[in-house]
Amino acid sequence: MRATWRPSWSTNVNTIGKISPSAEKIIEDAASARPKNPAIDARGLSLTFDTADGPVAALSNVDLRVDEGEFVSLIGPSGCGKTTLLRVIADLEQPTAGTLSVNGLTAQQARLDRRYGYVFQAPALYPWRTVERNVMLPLEIMGLSAAERKERARRYLALVNLTGFERKFPWQLSGGMQQRASIARALTFDPALLLMDEPFGALDEIVRDHLNEQLLKLWDRTFKTVVFVTHSIQEAVFLSTRIVVMSPRPGRIIDVVDCDLPRARTLDIRETPEFLEIAHRVRQGLRAGHAYDD
Amino acid sequence: MTTDVAARRPRRGVWERIGSGQAGPITAVVLALTIGWYLAAIAMNFSGVRDRFERDETPYSVGDVIGGTLEAERPLLPAPHQIVAELSNSLFLLPPTSNRSLVYHGWVTLSATAVGFLLGAVLGIALAVLIIHVRTLEKSLLPWIISSQTVPILAIAPIVIVVLGAIGIRGLLPKSIISAYLCFFPITVGMVKGLNSPDPMQRDLMRTWSATAAQSFRKLRWPASMPFLFISLKVAIAASLVGAIVGELPTGAQAGLGARLLAGSYYGQTIQMWAALFAAALLASALVAIIGGAEWLVMRRMGGAP
Repeated sequence: MRATWRPSWSTNVNTIGKISPSAEKIIEDAASARPKNPAIDARGLSLTFDTADGPVAALSNVDLRVDEGEFVSLIGPSGCGKTTLLRVIADLEQPTAGTLSVNGLTAQQARLDRRYGYVFQAPALYPWRTVERNVMLPLEIMGLSAAERKERARRYLALVNLTGFERKFPWQLSGGMQQRASIARALTFDPALLLMDEPFGALDEIVRDHLNEQLLKLWDRTFKTVVFVTHSIQEAVFLSTRIVVMSPRPGRIIDVVDCDLPRARTLDIRETPEFLEIAHRVRQGLRAGHAYDD
Repeated sequence: MTTDVAARRPRRGVWERIGSGQAGPITAVVLALTIGWYLAAIAMNFSGVRDRFERDETPYSVGDVIGGTLEAERPLLPAPHQIVAELSNSLFLLPPTSNRSLVYHGWVTLSATAVGFLLGAVLGIALAVLIIHVRTLEKSLLPWIISSQTVPILAIAPIVIVVLGAIGIRGLLPKSIISAYLCFFPITVGMVKGLNSPDPMQRDLMRTWSATAAQSFRKLRWPASMPFLFISLKVAIAASLVGAIVGELPTGAQAGLGARLLAGSYYGQTIQMWAALFAAALLASALVAIIGGAEWLVMRRMGGAP
C-alpha cells in the first residue's frame, strides 16, 4: 500500500538532507533517502568513567554508522556499554575520545535542536500530570500553542492506542500503557530519531510481544530512525534492520548482524528458519564476547 | 453497594464498635491522661490545701482536702475542669476586646505568627532554590543556616527586640522576625530535599527536551517538591507560633498569649497560664489543620494516588 504513494528516490533526490518540520515531509525524505544519510556517525568513540575503584572503560573505540530510516538494536550483557552508547548519542554523557555526529550535527547541537526522542527503561511519567498533559509536556517546553499541543497529544495517543485515557493519571494505567504513553511523549515533537533504552524490559512477555508489534508498525508508518537497546535476542531480531552485538570490559562492538527480514513482520516470523538463523548468529556473537572474558 | 454490605453486616455491640475503629484507642488515651492528670493534681496540691486547713485551724477530713485540691484558686497544678472552665470563660464569655479574653490575646499572637510564617516561608523557599541551583552555596551557606538554629531562641529574642526597638521598629514586626527565624529552617531543609527529589530519568527527560533551568524548575522540581513543602510547612507553622510567643516574653508585652503566660506566672495565676497554654496548643492544631487542608486540595489537583 505504501508503494502507491512513496515517491521514487531518484525524483526526490533534492530533498535529501533537508529537515522538514511536518511529519509528511519527513516521511517523504526518509523514504526517498536512498542512498541514505547517516543519522548517527560515531568514530573511535570511547568513554572512561572515573570510579572509586579506578577508571572503568564503559566504551572503547566504538565505530557505528546508523542510516536514516534504519532500526538498529544494541544488544549485549549488562555492563557492555549499550545504554552508555545511547546516552552518549543523546548527549546525556560526554565521550572521552572520538567523534560523533547526530543528523550531521554534534550530539550537543542535536540535543539542543530537539532532534531525537528518548524513551527510558521506566515510563518516567510525571505522576502529577494526566496522561495527556504528560504527552504535551515537551510541547509546552518547546512553546507550542495550547491548541497545537492538544491536537498533537490526541494524534500521538491515538497512534499508541491510548485514546480515551487522556484524563487518567499515570498510576491508573498498567505498566504497558504507561510505557506506550511515554513513547507517545517521545514522538509528539516529531523527532526523526528515536532512542529507546530497553523500553519493554520491565514488562511481561505477552505485553512485550504486543508492544514490539506495535512499535514495528509505528516505525514502518513514520520512517523514523530507531536505536533500540535490549538484552533480548528475540526482540532484537524481530525489530531490527541491523543488530549491533556488544561485549563488556571494555564496552565495545564485537559484531554487526544484518537482519534482512521483510520490513512488514508479524510475530509468526519468529518461527521461520531465516529468523532462527539470524538469532543464532547473534547468540554466537554474544557467546564469543563472553569467552573473551574468561 | 457499600450500603448493601453495611445492611447485611450483623449489628455489633457498642464496645466492639468502639474497639475496632480509631475512636476507641483515642478515647482510651484521653481517658487515661485525664485520670492521670486528676491524680497528679490531687497529689501536687494536697499539702498546700492541708496546710491552709491547718492554718485556719478548721477541722477537716481527707475528703475535704481532696475536694479542695480540685477547687483551689492558685493550685500548683490545676485540675482539667478548672482549665476548661477558664478556657471557655475567656474564649466565649468575655467580649473579644477585653484584655482578659484569650480571643484578643490569641489574635495578637496569631497575627505575629502569620506574618512571621509568611516571611519564614518566603525566606526558606528562596534559600532552598538558591542552594539547589548554586552548588557551592550548599557547602558555604548550609553550615550557617544550621548553626543559626543552634543558638537558643530565648537568647536571641531580647536582642532582636531591643535592636529593632532602638531603630524605631516595635510591635508586630520584631515578634514576626523571631517567628520567621524559627520557621524558615525546616522549610529550607525540606525544600532542598523536595526540589532534588525527581529521579534521574525525570531529570534526563528535561535535558533531552533541552529545557531551561527555569522550565525544569517550574514543570519538574517545583511540583515534585509539593509533598515535602507541606510537611515542612506543618512543622514551620508550629515553630512560628512558638517564635511569636517567645517574642512576647522578654519585653513584658501587654498583649498576646506569651504576655498572658508571663503575667500568669508573675501573679501565680496557674489556671490562667494553663488556659493560655491550651489556647496556644489549640491555635497550633488549627493552623496545622489549615495547612493540612491546603495540602489535601493541592494533592487532589495533582492526581494523588489514594
